[in-house]
Amino acid sequence: MRQTLVRVVGGVVMSALAFGGATACKSDSGSDSAAGGDCGYKIAFFGALSGGNAQLGINIRDGAKLAVDQYNEKNKDCAVTLVEKDSAGSPDQAPPLAQSLIQDTKILGVVGPAFSGESKVADPILSEAGVVIITPSATNPALATNGWKTFHRGLGNDASQGPAAAAYIKNEFKATKAFVIDDASEYGKGLSDQVKSTLGSLVVGSAVVKEQQTDFSAVVQQIKSVQADAVFFGGYVREAAPFLKQLRESGSQAKFIAGDGVKEEVLVTGAGAANAEGAILTCPCMPGEKAKGTFAADYQKATGRAPNTYSAESFDAANILLNGIKAGNTTREKLNDFVNKYEGEGVTTNFKFQPNGELDPKSVQIWAYKVQGGKIVADKEIEQG
Amino acid sequence: MNFSFVGDNFLSLTVTGLTQGAIYALVALGYTLVYGVLRLINFAHSEVFMVGTFTTAVVWTALGYGVNDPAPGALGVVLLVVVAMLAAGAASGATGLVVERVAYRTLRKRNAPSLIFLISAIGASVALFETMGALTDRQPRGIPVLLKVKEVFSLFGASVTNLQIVIIVSALAMMVLLDLFINKTRLGRGVRAVAQNPDVAALMGVNKDRVIMLIFVIGGIMAGFASVLYDIKVGTTTYTVGFLIGIKAFTAAVLGGIGNLRGALLGGLLLGVVENLGAGLFGNEWMDVVAFIVLVVVLLFRPNGLLGESLGRARA
Repeated sequence: MRQTLVRVVGGVVMSALAFGGATACKSDSGSDSAAGGDCGYKIAFFGALSGGNAQLGINIRDGAKLAVDQYNEKNKDCAVTLVEKDSAGSPDQAPPLAQSLIQDTKILGVVGPAFSGESKVADPILSEAGVVIITPSATNPALATNGWKTFHRGLGNDASQGPAAAAYIKNEFKATKAFVIDDASEYGKGLSDQVKSTLGSLVVGSAVVKEQQTDFSAVVQQIKSVQADAVFFGGYVREAAPFLKQLRESGSQAKFIAGDGVKEEVLVTGAGAANAEGAILTCPCMPGEKAKGTFAADYQKATGRAPNTYSAESFDAANILLNGIKAGNTTREKLNDFVNKYEGEGVTTNFKFQPNGELDPKSVQIWAYKVQGGKIVADKEIEQG
Repeated sequence: MNFSFVGDNFLSLTVTGLTQGAIYALVALGYTLVYGVLRLINFAHSEVFMVGTFTTAVVWTALGYGVNDPAPGALGVVLLVVVAMLAAGAASGATGLVVERVAYRTLRKRNAPSLIFLISAIGASVALFETMGALTDRQPRGIPVLLKVKEVFSLFGASVTNLQIVIIVSALAMMVLLDLFINKTRLGRGVRAVAQNPDVAALMGVNKDRVIMLIFVIGGIMAGFASVLYDIKVGTTTYTVGFLIGIKAFTAAVLGGIGNLRGALLGGLLLGVVENLGAGLFGNEWMDVVAFIVLVVVLLFRPNGLLGESLGRARA
């Protein structure tokens, strides 16, 4: 029922836009040129700028903002505006925000939505209206399987981390006995299954932990009794932090590796800095300071901070949209065609999208991060081969 | 099924199970005291515990003991634990008191049916944890590592750490103190009297409302102590932390005989050990299944729990 309502409303809005668009454009460009070389085209940022996950959103917004500012510097005669849509990271707030976004016909593309949860509800609305989506951070693999025709992902998805983590266990840890844990979530189990299948006979045991579990005595005992020398944790930090604490307190020195769901400061504060030391965390995100060119310095200059998680990805996503606008693709449809066919070098990687919107597998980079002296720092890009 | 693993590690699993069980037992006291006196299951008790876990974190931070500081010396540990227990006990006791005054007393004065109490309890629980969720942005919070955990002695190959000793010993000490309080003191006699027969107790001059407030506060203090031990053991807390612990503690109370203090202790320790052995035997994901099957089987043979039900009559 609600679905049909959304469709009807969306349809009405769209047809209204289609009819009104031509005339509106003309009058707009007239008034804007008076304001000083502004063609009136906009791209939007969509993600959390407030609430508990605001830090990631701010990283992304600042990356996109840097790209837009640099573009406007070079193209003074036809500046592009960055519209900021603060979703607070909440899937509940995302649909109305997406509705308001599609009603502004000058918004041609979106950098975001930042998180997978909000993407799931906002992307169908944006896609229906033809707004080009390039997410620099939402990594749930299922997002690419819905046939949303304007969806693009500017980085690897969660699934790409599994084989990389396995490669790290094999090549860097040189482990001979790996123990694999998952939390039975779509994310955690997906990762663990890939680690298991890639490692094959190196896996000496596995366990499933439960959401909100805090006592891991039995699992820890199991790890000790099989004398595992590496532990992979597919899940989130809420369970990983107490698990790691209890693993270390049991005396086990098995090396610990987990996916980006655990790449949070609370891993260190929750497990204790000494217990977390040396833990490895994989992420399809590139450390900002490793980005190519002058990105890191420019970002530092513009924001006063070093680039952080997803800043560089977001800079690239915004630049792809801006390149399209510069090349004269000033309707949503044309811009989407442009992004679909896009091939070019960004500061993070070489961009080329598959038909489902996923990044070409050859371009996907997985980075290892490491807990060192109580901080999560970049370790190295994981070579898979 | 993994018999050889459990066979090889039976003592280790028992020790770690007892540690977890000691925390269940302390929380279970709150359920059992309230049930024993009011015949009411205080579902908001899990949130009383949750408040304690955050209080500890806040107090330690306020004392300048941060998450990345090295573990303090023995004297520092004792000091920090005592301060945390006082603060968490006070905060949890106060929360328990507020719950009783706001959610239960008005209903009791109007002789509301027990279903209404249940709804009120669940409402209080949701209100408390949602408030904490909003205050903490729903993020887990790390708690400073208090003890540098090391093996103190080895029991037939099962290592016993200082952390486990601290938790089990302090939980047992609380239990003994509470047991003495209920059985030997004047206030305790009042509690037992109200539990046995509230109307007669009132006729004999026991202030019923004061006794009820007292048990909510005591239950809260015990949950506060448990929350400090939990923080030392687990190292993180979230606004939903009470849910699972609450269910387990309630189960422990029923297992031992709800309304019976010594039953709560026995039930808590037993539940901790059984679920740990169950997790070892069938795999971690079957932990709760095993624990609850054991509960059902015990209740089939002893419907009133292992030690019987009544707070007054069981001389608890």
